[in-house]
Amino acid sequence: MSALSAVRARLARKTRSSSGRLRVALIGPVALLLLWWLAFEAQWISYKLMPSPWATLRTLGESFAGGPLAADFLSTLLRTIYAFCIAAALGIPLGIMLGASRQLYTSVEFLVDFFRSTPATAMFPLFLLIFGIGDLAKIAVAAFGAWLVIFFNVAYGVMNARQTRILAARVMGATPGRVFRDVMFYESLPQTFVGLRLGVSYALVVIIVAEMFIGSSDGLGRRIIDSQIVYDLQQMYATILAAGAMGYGCNLLFLGLERWLVHWSGR
Amino acid sequence: MTIRGLSKSFGDAVVYDDFDLRLPLGKIISFFGPNGCGKSTLINLIAGLIAPDSGEALFDGRTIREITIGYVFQNYRDALFPWKRAIDNIRYPLELLGKSRAERDRRAEALIASFDVKFDLHRYPYELSGGQQQLVSIMRALAPEPDVLFLDEPFSALDYEMTLFIRDKLQEIFRATGVTMILVSHDLEEAVYLSDLVVLLTKRPTRVAEIVAFEAPRPRNTATLSTADFVAVKAHCLDVFQREVRR
Repeated sequence: MSALSAVRARLARKTRSSSGRLRVALIGPVALLLLWWLAFEAQWISYKLMPSPWATLRTLGESFAGGPLAADFLSTLLRTIYAFCIAAALGIPLGIMLGASRQLYTSVEFLVDFFRSTPATAMFPLFLLIFGIGDLAKIAVAAFGAWLVIFFNVAYGVMNARQTRILAARVMGATPGRVFRDVMFYESLPQTFVGLRLGVSYALVVIIVAEMFIGSSDGLGRRIIDSQIVYDLQQMYATILAAGAMGYGCNLLFLGLERWLVHWSGR
Repeated sequence: MTIRGLSKSFGDAVVYDDFDLRLPLGKIISFFGPNGCGKSTLINLIAGLIAPDSGEALFDGRTIREITIGYVFQNYRDALFPWKRAIDNIRYPLELLGKSRAERDRRAEALIASFDVKFDLHRYPYELSGGQQQLVSIMRALAPEPDVLFLDEPFSALDYEMTLFIRDKLQEIFRATGVTMILVSHDLEEAVYLSDLVVLLTKRPTRVAEIVAFEAPRPRNTATLSTADFVAVKAHCLDVFQREVRR
């Protein structure tokens, strides 16, 4: 699916000039902002639930520049990066190993599917018991969730390596080791990147929720809850936007990496 | 080339049962037969891509592992490595053979010169046209100077212009090197035009219906297609084919 959208994006880039495309791409966000403003001004939605967009954006800018939001942003980002790195470091090699042997994969398929379908947030109490209240528990539970997503996608990519390419390498005299290194590894990369992108999003979701409910003194999740408790709506909306920006930025980063490193994907 | 007692079944479908065949090396040989008779299966068995249930293929007494082969797949898109530039695809089999960088470059240069390549081989396969990609596949297969070149319907995904071009290139290579070529074709005219020998196969379980020789001198060209000899050989092959299909 991601390959398809990448192709579509590439096509769109070709057929339209970049400035023209930017103008079209801005229509949606600007329209939403206007709608928000209109809803606020006309009081379609009570100001107790929704502050003015301009005030929110101002708060976002001020608390980011002033420091407190930036500090929380950084803590959440760091936790997400730690969780993601642990997940990738464990998920990629294991995915390659299990993907290479269909039998091995089949033997753990149920477990993978089961735990992949289990919300990682359901594991909070367990992880609290094991790791205690603190960053470790949050990072561990996010890493656990992201790990399964990455592992599953990598294994899937390896398993679905195009048979013809493997045969082509084999007929040229490649040893199983070379087939693995020269063909299966590259064949698995597009799906690996799908896994990494999903994994980082998942890690962020879990980290934010963990910050809200597992005693935390900083982070965007903490900030959102705190501003809700004291009814600082502008702060809450601003922080939500900051969290959104982080998620979007991660996604963009991985899309860019993918386009650069896996240039053949979807072609 | 000797094939002895070759057997292969897929589930309940017996494709080959104690199949024997002797063919001379240093020729272009094509396999032609009814749909589903296992033409591709046969060259895959001979090339060692799939393991036979029993039997073996020998080349001058050597097994497939003891000779160098090249294999051109029908689907070039799935056979080339899109993460390598075209030129690196061509060099790859030489890398596997442990050739030095200088040797690899020399061999690739020689191939490029002999194929008179006009497009940029430093592009990635997906940036090339279908015909260009198949040309790269053929060059990759020829890079290690194989004893036998296997071609599994190499033209079926190409347009007519490119088909004609690559046919002629294959003839040129054959005249220059004398490499044995084993071709699976679904186009009788093409099979006869290119080959010294056309092996006509029966329906499953597959046997050899007849081996037909076509001895027109090379280089063959479009004029060959209207010679009496060509017309007669093709008509004969068609007769045998139709007889086998109806059986």
